[in-house]
Amino acid sequence: MSGEPVLDIRGLSVDYGLGDAAVHAVRDVSLTLHRGEVLGLAGESGSGKSTLAYGMLRLLPPPGVVRSGQVFYHPGDDEPVELMSLSAKRLRRFRWAEVAIVFQGAMNSLNPVHTVATQLTDVIAAHEPRTTPAARRARAVELLTLVGINADRLGSFPHQLSGGMRQRVMIAMALALEPRVVVMDEPTTALDVVMQRQILAKLVELRERIGFSVLFITHDLSLLVEFSDRIAIMYGGRIVEDAPAGQLYRDSLHPYSDGLLHSFPALRGPRRELTGIPGSPPDLRAMPSGCAFHPRCPKAFDPCAERTPTLLAPDGREDQNRTVACWLHTADRAMT
Amino acid sequence: MALPTSEVLTVPAPARRRRRSGLLANGKAVTGLVILGFLTVFAVIGPWIAPYDPGERGDDLLVGPNAQHWFGTTHLGQDILSQILDGTRSVMLVGIVAGLVATVLAIVFGVSSGYFGGTGGEGLSALSNVFLVIPALPLILIITLSLPETNDLTIALVIGFTSWAWGARVLRAQTLSLRRRDYVEAARATGESTWRILGFEILPNLTAVIAASFVSTVIFAVLSEITLAFIGVPGVSEWNWGAILFWAQSQQALAQGAWWWFVPAGLAIALLGTGLALVNFGIDEYVNPRLRGGHQRVRGVRMRVGFTPVLPEEAR
Amino acid sequence: MSYLLRRIGFYAFTAWAAITINFFLPRAIPGDPVQSLIARAQGQLSTDAIQSLYILFGLDDEQSLVSQYFEYWGQLLSGDLGLSFTFFPSPVSDVIADSLPWTLALVGFTTVISFLLGTALGVVAGWWRGTWADLLMPVTTFLSSIPYFWLGLIAITLFADQGGAFPSSGGYDPGVVPGWDLDFIGSAIHHSLLPAITILITSMSGWVLSMRNMMLTVAAEDYITVAHAKGLSQRRVMVSYAARNALLPNVSAFALSLGLIVGGTLLVEIVFSYPGIGFQLFSAVGAKDYPLIQGIFLIITLSVLVANLVADLVYLLLDPRTRKEG
Repeated sequence: MSGEPVLDIRGLSVDYGLGDAAVHAVRDVSLTLHRGEVLGLAGESGSGKSTLAYGMLRLLPPPGVVRSGQVFYHPGDDEPVELMSLSAKRLRRFRWAEVAIVFQGAMNSLNPVHTVATQLTDVIAAHEPRTTPAARRARAVELLTLVGINADRLGSFPHQLSGGMRQRVMIAMALALEPRVVVMDEPTTALDVVMQRQILAKLVELRERIGFSVLFITHDLSLLVEFSDRIAIMYGGRIVEDAPAGQLYRDSLHPYSDGLLHSFPALRGPRRELTGIPGSPPDLRAMPSGCAFHPRCPKAFDPCAERTPTLLAPDGREDQNRTVACWLHTADRAMT
Repeated sequence: MALPTSEVLTVPAPARRRRRSGLLANGKAVTGLVILGFLTVFAVIGPWIAPYDPGERGDDLLVGPNAQHWFGTTHLGQDILSQILDGTRSVMLVGIVAGLVATVLAIVFGVSSGYFGGTGGEGLSALSNVFLVIPALPLILIITLSLPETNDLTIALVIGFTSWAWGARVLRAQTLSLRRRDYVEAARATGESTWRILGFEILPNLTAVIAASFVSTVIFAVLSEITLAFIGVPGVSEWNWGAILFWAQSQQALAQGAWWWFVPAGLAIALLGTGLALVNFGIDEYVNPRLRGGHQRVRGVRMRVGFTPVLPEEAR
Repeated sequence: MSYLLRRIGFYAFTAWAAITINFFLPRAIPGDPVQSLIARAQGQLSTDAIQSLYILFGLDDEQSLVSQYFEYWGQLLSGDLGLSFTFFPSPVSDVIADSLPWTLALVGFTTVISFLLGTALGVVAGWWRGTWADLLMPVTTFLSSIPYFWLGLIAITLFADQGGAFPSSGGYDPGVVPGWDLDFIGSAIHHSLLPAITILITSMSGWVLSMRNMMLTVAAEDYITVAHAKGLSQRRVMVSYAARNALLPNVSAFALSLGLIVGGTLLVEIVFSYPGIGFQLFSAVGAKDYPLIQGIFLIITLSVLVANLVADLVYLLLDPRTRKEG
């Protein structure tokens, strides 16, 4: 499962705005995606999960800026590539060929004035300029078939497709250059439940056949429990817990993860009591001191309001391949 | 793909920051308002501070700017500065009256056609499109010439009654989208009266759009009125800036090289137009946050769509 | 096709409205303009001509308003717009036929060019925001707020007066005989350059501003981020994704504001004494030549409607969403 790292985020901080007016949306986040792994990234809206994903690919529109940190991409045999220091030209070549994205709500992700064929082939033409138009078209047919869409849809415009079909076109597009990493940003949020299942089943099937790694961003933790290998939970711009999916589900350590798990009905497994989390997500402009979650935390105690906990292996479970940022579990070492 | 930008930007700002927000935090709008304020002062006191009677003939015929006549004189020796000061009031008054009339009509037609929908709404929208497509200036011209008597007020009314269509169109589109919002639907479901919904839920949310449409109509009205005066349509007040240009043109000011006769009036028009346009930009940026952010370069960081900048070490 | 049919229906309705306004307005004119015309013509008017003027002005008391209205339509459809006072006894239709080609060539051409150029500059200004392209903004703001005719006056002073490079008035050199030969066309182009540039500069700035704003609005759309994520070239994202979409609202704004632009543009003809419709309108206002003013209003309206229809067709080609689904 956890093989070589393919994407390695180290101490990434992302702001909106500059100087004193800057809002720190992502704070010193480190996260590793391994080869062949599905890594889930969960959190409430405003927790910084999408900012993290777009920030690491430098796709955030103004006023987004990367304040500090590094993101290494390991292409396998070659030297790793550091994304934050790439020139615009090399970044353009890197994008989609190595890391592709399936965007949230395919409605606006497709250019309304071009056909499906144009949008599938232009990305091939941009990265493999020596291919012939006929070869690109053949590849586009192949891609559509892969996601279960008839080839006669090539000439369709986005508005002529259903929501589910548009999302499948986006997935086909993401696979066009056979990237090693696919980032999925709430890929099924805009769809109905039946369509969600179909799309996710398709994804699982394709991943098994093609073997890419997935960074799966969603606020729906129950989906992650089912489909991902590891889960990282974000709160207030930081990762608060990072653990294998099964462990997190059975035995979450951070009170926030616990709250999130109790906010959704589980699709499989034993029934749980639904409680939800009291209060609302923090204001990024005026973050609480110490642990950002402490004002909402049922288990908050002395150090929580004063000092920010760091992401460390929990006390007594150093062998479990998981980390948590909570004074309940890392008190011993952090106090010293 | 809701990029988190919007989430962050809707987080309420601390009160300390909010004081400077709104329209008055916008440099363009403030500049525009200062220009307009300056011109308004002249519109009020212009005729009193004018050094000469604008119609009075003097002995200095067609002389360039000098100490006695800052903007020079006409072929009859009239003082051009006095004419411009005297004309400011008429220009601004016609613009404002026409703008008010057109805006009221735009609100009535636009909001009702957007809110009520159905055949009536479609009909009103078609009506405003008819007014939009018919060339405005020739229409104003033939109406003005058909009137038994014309003066500044009737001209302002004619312009107002023919130029509401653009505003109505924008307001209709905005109302249509507001009508589908949850809080409006909710108000309707709970049986709020139509007038109450229009007055308390719809109109307050249209304020910026209404303001923008008012300002654009004033720009259009000012230009139309000056144009009418320039063509020589009777009834426009005597020293309207367009009338000054009419005399300059008909007395061959160009051929005689008397640039001072038409340059000041044109610059005055441009100043008024720029002031109004700047206010409108300010409103646009206020309504559409995507247009904001003039300060794109801070400490060598260039904000650019598609390539998020990485701050250099020293800027952190 | 239903979209196109609806548009054609709308334009037909607008044309009807304009003609009807044209019919009713002169009936509000006090006094008897026909009598004053008869006096000026000193008995040279035929009874037929007088009768047609009475019909045009609705002073034919023996007829009801309804039958006057139908008679008016009958006249219009046979191309009879009445007789011009100023160019008496030429029919208004002849006067317009003489001047319309000049206007179509000057105003039609420059309006399209200014839209294309302004839109292209707007694409650049919107895409490269935060660079030198920002300098375009204050300049265009200033230019868009001055009247066309005033810039024409300045242009004449600077470039035409006292042995300047351009003629300051007329449509062609007095020595040239109009005809389809090089001499005439060359002379006509020489005369139209300065007015054309004047119109271009003032009307272009509006398109620069609106296209820039559309580019900024579109740049925040999801599909633009997708295009960047796909690693497409800067040029392709700018042209094929951003500008291609930003163009749509600009084209419909173009169609809708033709009526506004044309009015202002016509006045440039006055300043340059250019022998087009606008200049005729100016002389007609001076001479209180109502039939000519009315005829010009009608012809301008109809031309604008046709131009609108063309703009709609272009929009239809540009936006797949308005096409019939296949």
